[in-house]
Amino acid sequence: MTDSLSLQSKNDRPEFFNELLEPIDEIQPASVTIWQRLYGQGVLRKFGILLILAVIWELYARSLNNPLVFPAFSDTLVALFDGFLSGELLSAGVATILLLIQGYALGLLFAAILTTLASVSKIGADLLETLTAMFNPLPSIAMLPLAMVWFGLGDGSVIFVLVHAVLWAVALNTFSGFKSVSQTLRLVGQNYGLKGPGYIFKILIPGAFASILTGMKVGWAFAWRTLIAAELVFGASSGSGGLGWYLFQKKNELLITEVFGGLLTIIVFGLIIENFVFNSIEKATVRRWGMLQ
Amino acid sequence: MNVSPPTLAVDRVTLQYRTDQNIVTAAYRISFNVLESDRFVMLGPSGCGKSTLLKAIGGFIKPSEGEIRLNGLAVKEPGPERAFVFQEFDQLLPWKTILENIVFALTNSGTLKRPEALERATHYLEKVNLSRFINAYPHTLSGGMKQRVAIARAMAMEPAVLLMDEPFAALDALTRQQMQDELLQLWEDTKFTIIFVTHSIPEAIRIGNRILLLSPHPGQVKAEINSTGNDSMDENGVKLSQRIHGTLFNKTSDTEFNHD
Repeated sequence: MTDSLSLQSKNDRPEFFNELLEPIDEIQPASVTIWQRLYGQGVLRKFGILLILAVIWELYARSLNNPLVFPAFSDTLVALFDGFLSGELLSAGVATILLLIQGYALGLLFAAILTTLASVSKIGADLLETLTAMFNPLPSIAMLPLAMVWFGLGDGSVIFVLVHAVLWAVALNTFSGFKSVSQTLRLVGQNYGLKGPGYIFKILIPGAFASILTGMKVGWAFAWRTLIAAELVFGASSGSGGLGWYLFQKKNELLITEVFGGLLTIIVFGLIIENFVFNSIEKATVRRWGMLQ
Repeated sequence: MNVSPPTLAVDRVTLQYRTDQNIVTAAYRISFNVLESDRFVMLGPSGCGKSTLLKAIGGFIKPSEGEIRLNGLAVKEPGPERAFVFQEFDQLLPWKTILENIVFALTNSGTLKRPEALERATHYLEKVNLSRFINAYPHTLSGGMKQRVAIARAMAMEPAVLLMDEPFAALDALTRQQMQDELLQLWEDTKFTIIFVTHSIPEAIRIGNRILLLSPHPGQVKAEINSTGNDSMDENGVKLSQRIHGTLFNKTSDTEFNHD
C-alpha cells in the first residue's frame, strides 16, 4: 500500500509555471547543395548507372570490333530507331502486347471465378489450394507443346499458356489476401449491412488490394517472360509475329544488331509496365491508404 | 423495479464456441435489462465472456440458449440499429477518408441517401472535433482520433443502442481519460443508450450509471450495481471501487470487517 510507504525526499528547488510559452522561431534547415539534391533523386542515380553501363558497352564493343557477335551501343540504338521507323519492330511490339492483354485479362477472369468459389465454400477453397499447389510450380512454357496439340499453331495456344501463367499467381495471392482481411473490418462490414457481392466488393477486395496487386504483378512478370519464350517457338505461324519472333528471325538472318535492338525493346516495354503502370496504381491506392506492408 | 420496458433485454443467454478439441462455454445463463439512456457497463476480468456477450448483442454470434431482444424483437443478425465501436484501431476502412467512412456506413445500411448522409456525417465529425480532418485517410490519424471517428460513425447511425467493446483500452492513459470525458459530454447532449465493455474498474465507475459484474470461466452475473460517476463511499465507508473489487474476487474487504 502506498500509504504505508514514506516517500519523503529533500527538495529545495522552487516550483515554477510558465504562463506564456516562448514564440517558436522558424529554424532554417541546413542548406543543401545542388549535388546533394541531385544525388537524392533515385531516378537520376539509376540513370547515371545506365549511362556508365552504356559507355562501358560502347568502349568494349569498339575494342572487340566484331559487330556479328557484340555490336556497339550506338549501332544498336540506330538499329532500334530504324526498326521503329520501318514499322517492323513497332508492329511486332503491338502484336506481343495485344496477345498479352488477351491472355492476362482471361487469366484474371478465371482467377476471379476460382477465388469466388474458394471464398464461398470449403470445397472451393480446397480446390483452389490443390490446383495451385499442382500448377503453380509448373513453368507455363512447359505447357506449350501440349497447348499446340490442343489449340493448334496459333494465338490460342499462346493465350492458353498465358492464362496458365497469370491464373495461379493471381488466384493464390487474392485468396490469401481475402483470408488476411482483419476480423474487425469484416465485423464492421456486417454491422453496416453488407452481404454477398457487396461484402466482397466493398470489404474483401479493397481490404486485400495490396495482395491482389502483388499477385497481378507476379502474374504479369510470368506472362511477359512466357510470351516472349512462346513467340520464339512459333511466332511465324500466327501471322504477324511478336517480339520473340522478331529476335528469332533476325538471328537467323545474322542481323545481330537488330537482335540487340529487339532485346532493348523487350526490356523497355517491361520497365514501362512494371514501373509506370503498376507503380501508379500502387501510389493511387494502397500507398495512399497506408496499406502497404 | 423496472417500470419502463427495457430497450434491450438479455434473457438467460448462454454463449458457446467450438475449438478443435471441445466446446467452450464463454457465458452462462446471463440475464439483464438495459433501459433507455442507460450507460450500461459490463465489467469483468479477461475470460468472463463480456466481449463475446457484446458480439452476441451485436448479432455476430448466435446464443446456444436464451434470447436477446431489442425493443421486444429478437436479435437475429448484425444490424446498424446496434452500431458497434471496437477496440482495434483498424475498424476504419483504410481506403476511405474519414468523411467517407461515415457516409459509407449511413448509405450502405440504407439509413440515409448520400446528400443527407454527407450532412449528417459532417455534423457528427464536428461533434467529436474532427472537422479539420474530414478528407484525411485513417492511417494519418492518431489512435485517439481514429477512435473518435469510430464513435462518430456509430453515433451517426443514431442507433437504438451503441455497443462499445473496450474502445479506449488501446489508448495511452492521458488520451483515455480525455476520451472518457468526451464520451460523457456527448451522452449529455443526446442521451443515447450505451453498452460499454471494460476490464477497468475506474473506467466502469466513470462511464457507467449501471454496472454488471461478471465472473470468469464461464461468465456469470455476480452483481448489478449503480454508479454516480464518482468512486464514492457507501454508508459503511466502503468505496465503490473496493466493493466492486471485493465482489469480483470474492473477498470481503478489510473495512467492512472494521465496521461490523
